[in-house]
Amino acid sequence: MFYREAGQYKSSYEADQAVFPLAQDRIGMAVILVLAAAVVPFIASNFVLEAILIPFLILALATIGLNVLTGYAGQLSLGTGGFMGAGAYACYKLTTSFPDANLILLILLSGFFAAAVGLVFGLPSLRIKGLYLAVATLAAQFFLEWCFIRIGWLYNYNVSGAIDSPERRMFGLVLTGPNASPVTRYLTVLAIVLGVTVLVKNLVRGRIGRSWMMIRDMDIAAELMGIRPLVAKLSAFAVSSYICGVAGAMFVFFYLGSVEPAAFSITLSFQILFMAIIGGLGSLIGCYFGAAFLWILPIFLRNVLPMLGIDVGAENIVHLTSMIVGVLIILFLIWEPHGLARLWQVAKEKLRVWPFPYA
Amino acid sequence: MDLLNQIFIAPFIQMAGAPDFLAQVLWEGFVSGILYALIALGFVLIFKASGVFNFAQGIMVVFAALTLVGLYQKGVPAILALILTIAVMGVLALAVERLIMRPLVNQPEIILLMATIGLTYFLVGLGEFVFGGEPKQMITEELGLPTGSTEIPFGEQGVVILQHIDIAAAVIALVMVAALGLFFSRTRIGRALRAVADDHQAALSVGISLNQIWAIVWFAAGIVALATGIMWGARSDVSFALEIIALRALPVLILGGFTSVPGAIVGGLIIGIGEKLGEIYWGPLLGGGIESWLAYMIALIFLLFRPQGLFGERFIERV
Repeated sequence: MFYREAGQYKSSYEADQAVFPLAQDRIGMAVILVLAAAVVPFIASNFVLEAILIPFLILALATIGLNVLTGYAGQLSLGTGGFMGAGAYACYKLTTSFPDANLILLILLSGFFAAAVGLVFGLPSLRIKGLYLAVATLAAQFFLEWCFIRIGWLYNYNVSGAIDSPERRMFGLVLTGPNASPVTRYLTVLAIVLGVTVLVKNLVRGRIGRSWMMIRDMDIAAELMGIRPLVAKLSAFAVSSYICGVAGAMFVFFYLGSVEPAAFSITLSFQILFMAIIGGLGSLIGCYFGAAFLWILPIFLRNVLPMLGIDVGAENIVHLTSMIVGVLIILFLIWEPHGLARLWQVAKEKLRVWPFPYA
Repeated sequence: MDLLNQIFIAPFIQMAGAPDFLAQVLWEGFVSGILYALIALGFVLIFKASGVFNFAQGIMVVFAALTLVGLYQKGVPAILALILTIAVMGVLALAVERLIMRPLVNQPEIILLMATIGLTYFLVGLGEFVFGGEPKQMITEELGLPTGSTEIPFGEQGVVILQHIDIAAAVIALVMVAALGLFFSRTRIGRALRAVADDHQAALSVGISLNQIWAIVWFAAGIVALATGIMWGARSDVSFALEIIALRALPVLILGGFTSVPGAIVGGLIIGIGEKLGEIYWGPLLGGGIESWLAYMIALIFLLFRPQGLFGERFIERV
């Protein structure tokens, strides 16, 4: 009843192939965008912006990056943290070498360095598959992490071994550094994340995205039908690491401010893999769901459990949260193995015929 | 030229110059290789029988060791604590089979992998919740394991120092592998296990209970985890830092092939020895610390030549 496509006729191929073919989707998306861009910055507290929304958006972007590789091209990767780090360090080097350049431009540029690194570590994918490939990407993860610690040039030989975001301005606004306001940072992150999402959406429904999906579904058959595995797999690695690199750069410059190499450890790689799988592999909206679920839930639990009178002390809260998240992951997999994106699909089907049991 | 010399000549001169040191390095590599092999063995057991890549093996190692030490610290005698820990691993195996494996039967492997990662989160939380997160001393002596060391003269005037606990670890690992080999080939359950590994449906149709087999396999992996936990714990402390060794065992697994018990052993030894040699003789060239990624690189190079691992079954792909 609420979600009927009745009466919406499509008279052209473009209308049929649109990203949002239904008027309800378009309206819903517009409402969400207006809320996110014009309402949230005014009503959300600094804590909500800084600790929840900014990292959520950045992690969602990283999840999109991983999803391109794992969800669309079917190449399992455990090196996301390393690729994010590559982007972050590239951006740090760029902005300290060219202090006057536009920071947004540098962030987008630094993705290309991450893409180059991703290309190199994607080469083994031409020969090895599945869980075996996961080890190749683990090699990338640990090698890059080692580079971040050992190669002094990457962090300008400063004593702490950490990189921090210097103050950069754009249009007179302080964009990064300790003096940047959360609202500015939130809006910048939002703009970049949305821009990349639109780009990826159009990539995956185009020629190249289809070739990724063919490789994922059955690489030998795809090869027989004229898809070149070299081009398809390596382009997936490049695009994925580009997005992860941009996310990594934003992670440092808009969220953490100062970063030790440990921030880009294997834990981050796994966290993002969970987000991709819980959200749903091969779905862009799932990336947002997954990131929201796994980022916001622990914060929520940490704050809600004491309110419910379950008082177990500050450190045990963390352990209890870890247990609950573990149980929820398993329950989710049993309940809906295809992730939150699939649940959203089911919900839309239900809304379509409500209040009747079937149409 | 100087670089080539440093890579290809200097390390070997160094090795030849101090054979006792080389022997010591090889022995250290051998012992850590054995321990890697033990972890890999836990993975292989579960992968063979159910096709599940059990990411939680690493945390099972920590959890088993923590339970053992935690019980001892609460005043339970060492032997009783050991028995109780085995019982806990049994309960864990039953719970995993009933609550995770059974509802998720026939799902794609990445889903099952995720489920074991969920299990990892749960066990990390549970372990820290019950026993606390601070590192603990393994109760080596109380379990009757040897301590101390022997010096063996080697070459002209050199000595090689063998820690008794390392010798014990090697012996226990070999006994366990032999026992598992016999178990797989001689007993009724072992044959059923191999049948399940071969083909789930065919095994079901000749009357093998999948559920029972899975519970047994997870229990066996739990025992292997306990043994690994005791050995690792005796060498360092029992803490959640041990969890990372599960990731170290991955290249071992890749090298040996996911389904091969001898592969796990050989892979473990190659990685263990290669890692130590590389770190000591070539590490200074790159500024040290290369142990963290060298194993993966070794595995990667092997994989480029044999994509199914050294002992893995050759897969034939059809469209």
